[in-house]
Amino acid sequence: MTDRSNDNDKTLGEALRTQGISRRSFLKFCAATASMMALPPAMIPSIARALEKAKRPSVIWLSFQECTGCTESLTRAHTATIESLIFDSISLDYHHTLQAAAGHAAEAARTDAMKENFGKYLLIVDGSIPLGNPGYSTIAGVSNLDMLQETAKGAAAIIAMGTCASFGGIPHANPNPTGAVSVGELIKNKPIVNVSGCPPIPVVITGILTHFLTFGKLPELDHLGRPVAFYGKSIHDRCYRRPFYDKGLFAETFDDEGAKKGWCLYKLGCKGPTTYNACATTKWNNGTSFPIESGHPCLGCSEPDFWDGGGFYKSLSMPTENIGKTAVYTAAGAVGAGVALGAWNRAKKKSNTNSHKKVSIDDLDR
Amino acid sequence: MSEIEFLSWVRGTGFQIAVVIFVAGVIIRISEVLLLGRKTDLAEAKGSSMSGGLKTMVTRSFPDANTLKRSMVTLVAGYVFHIGLFVTLFLFAPHILMFKEVTGLSWPALPTAFVDAITVVTIISLFIILAHRMQNTVLRFLTNFEDILVWLVTILPLITGYIAFHRIGATAPTLLAVHILSVEILLVLFPFTKLMHAFTLFIARWYNGAISSYRGVSS
Repeated sequence: MTDRSNDNDKTLGEALRTQGISRRSFLKFCAATASMMALPPAMIPSIARALEKAKRPSVIWLSFQECTGCTESLTRAHTATIESLIFDSISLDYHHTLQAAAGHAAEAARTDAMKENFGKYLLIVDGSIPLGNPGYSTIAGVSNLDMLQETAKGAAAIIAMGTCASFGGIPHANPNPTGAVSVGELIKNKPIVNVSGCPPIPVVITGILTHFLTFGKLPELDHLGRPVAFYGKSIHDRCYRRPFYDKGLFAETFDDEGAKKGWCLYKLGCKGPTTYNACATTKWNNGTSFPIESGHPCLGCSEPDFWDGGGFYKSLSMPTENIGKTAVYTAAGAVGAGVALGAWNRAKKKSNTNSHKKVSIDDLDR
Repeated sequence: MSEIEFLSWVRGTGFQIAVVIFVAGVIIRISEVLLLGRKTDLAEAKGSSMSGGLKTMVTRSFPDANTLKRSMVTLVAGYVFHIGLFVTLFLFAPHILMFKEVTGLSWPALPTAFVDAITVVTIISLFIILAHRMQNTVLRFLTNFEDILVWLVTILPLITGYIAFHRIGATAPTLLAVHILSVEILLVLFPFTKLMHAFTLFIARWYNGAISSYRGVSS
């Protein structure tokens, strides 16, 4: 947490310079961000100019039914890169896990930031909101629903961080005991961007922040409210193991020859074909790798209801219910029914034959 | 219903409903056919009905020169699409996984690109069959609603599968779900339409061969 009274008037450019960031590395960051967000290279100077002048935006971060994995991902995944410095340079005025203040002082930080920056602050939410009973999750005695609605009122935009805030995530998984819902289901009158993923990719949030600071609005979103630049392509389409899928070369188990040779993980339940995220390109842990590269199938964590997708290790073309058993029971029943119907048909035929009256020439003569 | 929920439904409950209707319908229909029974033939047998029946099951699977000349399009396009259907259904890796999950049986797959090409050929041959049916006066007169319906539910899984594989026009979960749903529609309609020929054709061929052989004539 920075001291807000000193830093709030500083522009982002000034803040970065005081942290020892050279103009050269700043421009490199702008170029990288532009390419990441699929913006034309001609935009780089405008991004640089806009970021230079941008006032450090006030950010309020609300954590509801969550596991803090999203915060862990964003704060610990990177070493001191410019991305993380951009992240440091926002005025994060309220965040449970990261703020030093506690109790009334912490809550005061939130209400102060809301008052000072009404209509301008960014609201980041991680975790889902329980509707079953307001007491399931509270902060300082305030239910998640009340706090979200109150804080959303003055937000310029909302970032739903992680799959829980975006789509309900694990609390929403069947049977959803707390009645958990996403931010988008409750707030309808504010621009919301869903940064799904369990956890989401850190670079996505710096991309969104940069876009917001440069253009004053959120980037283009897909039908699930996620930035197209990051969620426009599926894992499968960008996967380096894709040629093996096309050739029909699959790992059958986690330790067979195919697995050792790095063949496609489709048969081990990979959800890459139905999952839209940037893991295969941006990768994790400072660009080290992503799950498929470490030999594990994609779980599909950036898609709604991925917990209820019928099993992580069941491949997509497999039915989720026990169809074999259904078929056997049905067949047994059907054989019985078939035999019964057959017997009935024969009985009917027989009785028809028996009741058949012979017509004599006299009958026709009448 | 979100697209992932849709996909989960067609992979779960929807698939179950379709399989119940398909399995029950096919078994009941076949048992009814088999249990109808035949009158005892009092004439002296001039040959074995069993061997004649089995022989005809094989011989009728290959067209004779005359039939080939008369119905070139029906035969060639018909064979191409039936073989194509077999390849796409049984030799595509994700499909084999499905069969393995349901039956426990597994077999090797063909390369995906090859199956992809076969799918295109199969779709084209189905369109040729429809065009021929519409162009030929006799065939057009014989065509009823069921013929068109059966053609449609047969080609839909091929087209939706092709689109789902190449991800054209929508997101992958929706495309995959629509593909699986189209197969479920095929399964549900199967026992109630002439699609039943997949099971009854060998019974019919055997019967044709059997009665001919009993009478001592070739079939």
